[in-house]
Amino acid sequence: MRASLAAWALVLPSLLLLVAFTHWPAVETLWHSLHATPRGNRPAPFVGLDNYRALLDDPVFFRALWNNTIYAAVTIPASVVLALVMALAVNRAMPGRALLRMAYFLPTMLPMIAVANIWLFFYTPDYGLFDQVLSLFGFGRHNWLGDAATALPAMIAVAVWKEAGFFMIFYLAALQTMPPDLHEAASLDGTPRIMFFRRVTLPLLMPTTLFVLVNAVVNAFRMIDHVVVMTRGGPDNATTLLLYYIYETGFRFWDTATAATLTVVLLAILAALAVLQFGVFGRRVHYR
Amino acid sequence: MNTLTRRAVLGGALALPAIRRAAAATELSFYFPVAVGGPITKIIDGYAHAFQQENPDIAVTPIYAGTYQDTLTKAQTALKAGSGPTMAVLLSTDVFSLMDDELIVPIDTVAGDPAWLSGFYPAFLQNGQIGGHVWGVPFQRSTIVLYWNKPAFQAAGLDPETPPADWQSHAAMAAKLTRREGGETRQWGLQIPSTGFPYWLFQALATEAGATLANADGTRTDFAAPGCQEALRYWIALGKDGVHPPGIVEWGTTPRDFLESKVAMIWTTTGNLSNIRANAKFPFGVAMLPAGQRRGSPTGGGNFYLFKGATQDQQQAALRFLRWISAPERAAQWGIDTGYVATRPDAWATPVMQHYAAGFAAATVARDQLAFAVPELSTHDNQRVTQALNDGLQAALTGRKAPDAALAEAQATAERLLRSYRS
Repeated sequence: MRASLAAWALVLPSLLLLVAFTHWPAVETLWHSLHATPRGNRPAPFVGLDNYRALLDDPVFFRALWNNTIYAAVTIPASVVLALVMALAVNRAMPGRALLRMAYFLPTMLPMIAVANIWLFFYTPDYGLFDQVLSLFGFGRHNWLGDAATALPAMIAVAVWKEAGFFMIFYLAALQTMPPDLHEAASLDGTPRIMFFRRVTLPLLMPTTLFVLVNAVVNAFRMIDHVVVMTRGGPDNATTLLLYYIYETGFRFWDTATAATLTVVLLAILAALAVLQFGVFGRRVHYR
Repeated sequence: MNTLTRRAVLGGALALPAIRRAAAATELSFYFPVAVGGPITKIIDGYAHAFQQENPDIAVTPIYAGTYQDTLTKAQTALKAGSGPTMAVLLSTDVFSLMDDELIVPIDTVAGDPAWLSGFYPAFLQNGQIGGHVWGVPFQRSTIVLYWNKPAFQAAGLDPETPPADWQSHAAMAAKLTRREGGETRQWGLQIPSTGFPYWLFQALATEAGATLANADGTRTDFAAPGCQEALRYWIALGKDGVHPPGIVEWGTTPRDFLESKVAMIWTTTGNLSNIRANAKFPFGVAMLPAGQRRGSPTGGGNFYLFKGATQDQQQAALRFLRWISAPERAAQWGIDTGYVATRPDAWATPVMQHYAAGFAAATVARDQLAFAVPELSTHDNQRVTQALNDGLQAALTGRKAPDAALAEAQATAERLLRSYRS
């Protein structure tokens, strides 16, 4: 009894913070999503599930959902695989290693707004970096951000560029802690390198991979700074992601009820993904 | 400590703020839409300082709050949370949203002096005149004008002193000004930007084609009108003919494209005049937009709004500041320094403005265009309604939707949004 009391006392500070800043707002959001948007000084009437029904008729919502699905489906594997490849590349003795590591990590250190402004220049038609380089090979001008077909891939490229370096650091740290005798034993047995990677390196990296994956999933729904700077969701919602749409609805249209409803949907998606990751994937992770 | 002294100390402490309030000035603050420091913030800081020198009983603090959009969001958030500034410069088109949220007070009810308000150009007042009241004081106001590169005109065999007067010559000149080498375009004839707020530039085209986008009450739109369809088809045809870059053209880089001679004619705000004048390495001209059935451009830019949360004292002090800042000499100097259109006819009659206009004819173009100007598209639930039009325009410009269908869809969305505001 006394022990459990002490335990509660120890947990209390973080519990309070968690309730005040995470759980209570989530519950309040759910509550708001069941009400209409208040106008002026009038109180908001209770409307039940009307906001959710209205969402089903909202083409922009489905567009944002679809965009976000593609965005997540490409950025997550691409940035994780790229991070692993980069980590393997710089995890050995070679000249200029520190410089190379820094170069890979640099995008992570830059603030996202700065990154977005740099890439805005890269993507500028005619005199932007990409068009200038491509024109050397005889390609014509391309309006990367102004074309609905290339705008979302352009956003994805920025996100992968930004994230891969960050994840690389975790892989690099994990690779550094890997005991060298494993490698020696394997090479005595004449194990092919690809086999060693699949049977030894990759399984040992699984805890890191889970951690990186969780981060990547969260970021795929959280990182929208570059959308704000580069396209503002355009052209014609081609780059509208779920969180950006929530912001627009909440703070530009001041339709707080719909914004709350969208937030609940986003929360549900993230919760489902978390359950999936820790429940299914987490079980296959080998911790030492 | 005995009761008596405790009460005296307490009473003294309570009285202290009142004493200080009486001695110090009435405090005013206003949000102003500038993202980073620069020439504009210097001018505004200078105004605040000069006003305080002349009016020691009022303290004015400008707060720079980012883009128009950011400023609106910040003001609304702060005001809804019960704090916030006394005034703000926000888009003239935000008036319905601010009214519907019951955040602003009509200026005329505070002013009690109609002569001062009627001294502004009617075209600039229009956006803020609703229900018999004036809700905004014109400040940094603009229209869309056409900038043209004179050497490029010469090189294309056109008269460098004659800009296009109508749609036909506009398209024909754009074709002559387009320079291709092999498969590549070295210089575009024309750019009408379409990111961020394509509806604004579209409204110019639609007005020229004889359409009116919305009624004065802000409860009804007419996006699918024949004039709108004609305007959008004209815009798209320019891209199809290869004289205007295809798809979406970035608003922010359009002046730079012009300065780099990547494009011979651009449509953009008069607010860019000072920038282009300072950075153009070639002679350029400024013209009214070409006429379709008529000439036309929406007005644009920001008004001062006065918020409800302000006390009586603050409202009166704010009014003094607004009258001070829109006095003829100051309005004239503001126009000269920025390129925005001085908001009052008497500002144009000041010696400093007359001198400026005599030496730089381009400066008067925007003013003369006011005779053809229409109020910028503004409705209830404005951000959403214009977003529907923006989406439709971008879908049509990128070829994802047929122009007529895109406009019909935008109109249907606007209709759904505005229905509840009609009584």
